[in-house]
Amino acid sequence: MIKVTFIEHNGTVHTVDGEPGQTLMETAVKHAVPGIVAECGGACSCATCHVYVDDTWKEKTGAPSEMEEDMLDFAFDVRASSRLSCQIRLKPELDGLVVRIPEFQN
Amino acid sequence: MALDMIVGSGVDGAPAEIETDALIIGAGPVGLFAVFELGLVDIKAHVIDILDKPGGQCAELYPEKPIYDIPAHPTITGQALTDRLLEQARPFEPTFHFGQRVESLKKVDGGFEVETDLGTRFRAKVVVVAAGGGSFTPKRPPLAGIEGFEGASVFYAVRKIDAFRDKAVLIVGGGDSALDWTLNLQPIAKSVTLIHRRDEFRAAPDSVNKLRELLSDGSVRFIQGQLTKLNGDSGALRSVTIRGPVGGLDLEYEVEAERLLPFFGLTMKLGPIANWGLNLNENQIAVDTARFETSEPGIFAIGDINTYPGKLKLILSGFHEAALMAQAAQKIVYPGKRSVFQYTTSSSSLQRKLGVI
Repeated sequence: MIKVTFIEHNGTVHTVDGEPGQTLMETAVKHAVPGIVAECGGACSCATCHVYVDDTWKEKTGAPSEMEEDMLDFAFDVRASSRLSCQIRLKPELDGLVVRIPEFQN
Repeated sequence: MALDMIVGSGVDGAPAEIETDALIIGAGPVGLFAVFELGLVDIKAHVIDILDKPGGQCAELYPEKPIYDIPAHPTITGQALTDRLLEQARPFEPTFHFGQRVESLKKVDGGFEVETDLGTRFRAKVVVVAAGGGSFTPKRPPLAGIEGFEGASVFYAVRKIDAFRDKAVLIVGGGDSALDWTLNLQPIAKSVTLIHRRDEFRAAPDSVNKLRELLSDGSVRFIQGQLTKLNGDSGALRSVTIRGPVGGLDLEYEVEAERLLPFFGLTMKLGPIANWGLNLNENQIAVDTARFETSEPGIFAIGDINTYPGKLKLILSGFHEAALMAQAAQKIVYPGKRSVFQYTTSSSSLQRKLGVI
């Protein structure tokens, strides 16, 4: 099991168990974490599973692909820490990962 | 796809009412397969879609992504599935009306009268709603009070170019829509400012080159940043507040804007379907599982848009629903006709319709 923590814009913390190979978005949806809409179901086509990755984790989650960068153009309040959670696949090194959910999923 | 299958969006002059046996709303995989199933029972169809191409979500959201649960296709992309469904529907010569959204539907003698937002009017004996997750509509950026500016200062598409003449126009986005309108409005607007979160554009290389020329001679201004606030009163936009890098600092500042065109992609909305008096259950249309007919006889709903006990939102379920819907539609379009169930493998009558003998 890989523990992941989602922090909502209002500060509510959700720490849930993910599985290796699952995406961060799938983990959020499975545990009904509010604020991850994932309208397209994980096809990197909608930008409604936008999260901010805490600085300490950026190296381990890696950088967004070109396709993901393009799709982030459709998100709101994009920052240097922005990622689409459907594009982060869980692996043992990500145990303890902390991400923040933006106020709005555009 | 062959051009002879396409009818351009919009109709020139005063549009006459188009008469058809069946009107299919939605050109996604299930709408396309409905053309085939209706065709086998001699029902001709017109198909309307808000997108400018067939395929629905398959073409808009995941054209290159493989789908693994289409029977007999261990793997097929959204676009390939669309292409094959078009090929399968081709013998029945459907007429497509792209770039239009059905606005109104009313019951008339002998069927239904349907009108789109472009004013195309239809009279159909049966209507098949295959609208998936609803119509693709432009995303509204979550800026406080934006609704109050829509239609007066904020637009998601350019319908009347004169609304932008001699105005300070601000365009947000980095794709083809944003760049096309930057290039097209620049000659007539008082000023055009393009705002985008990064100095990279997803648009066609030719548009990007043209934009770079206009930027270098100063006829268009580019700002790297993101919108945070709209400023103005009673629908009249005066300026927008932008946050972005200025000389190495992340600053918030105001930029004059009388017209705003935000391009943040598309999202699916149920839209006017909600106003047609059909029984809805959490934004899905309730149907029976023998005919896939809605609460209004003669209006069917198939694919992701419908709901019934045990419903699964799978393309293959939509295909099954299309087949049963066609049998029920036949009884309305050809009342009293004795129907004999036939297989395409052996029926010479079906094979003639398919053009294979």
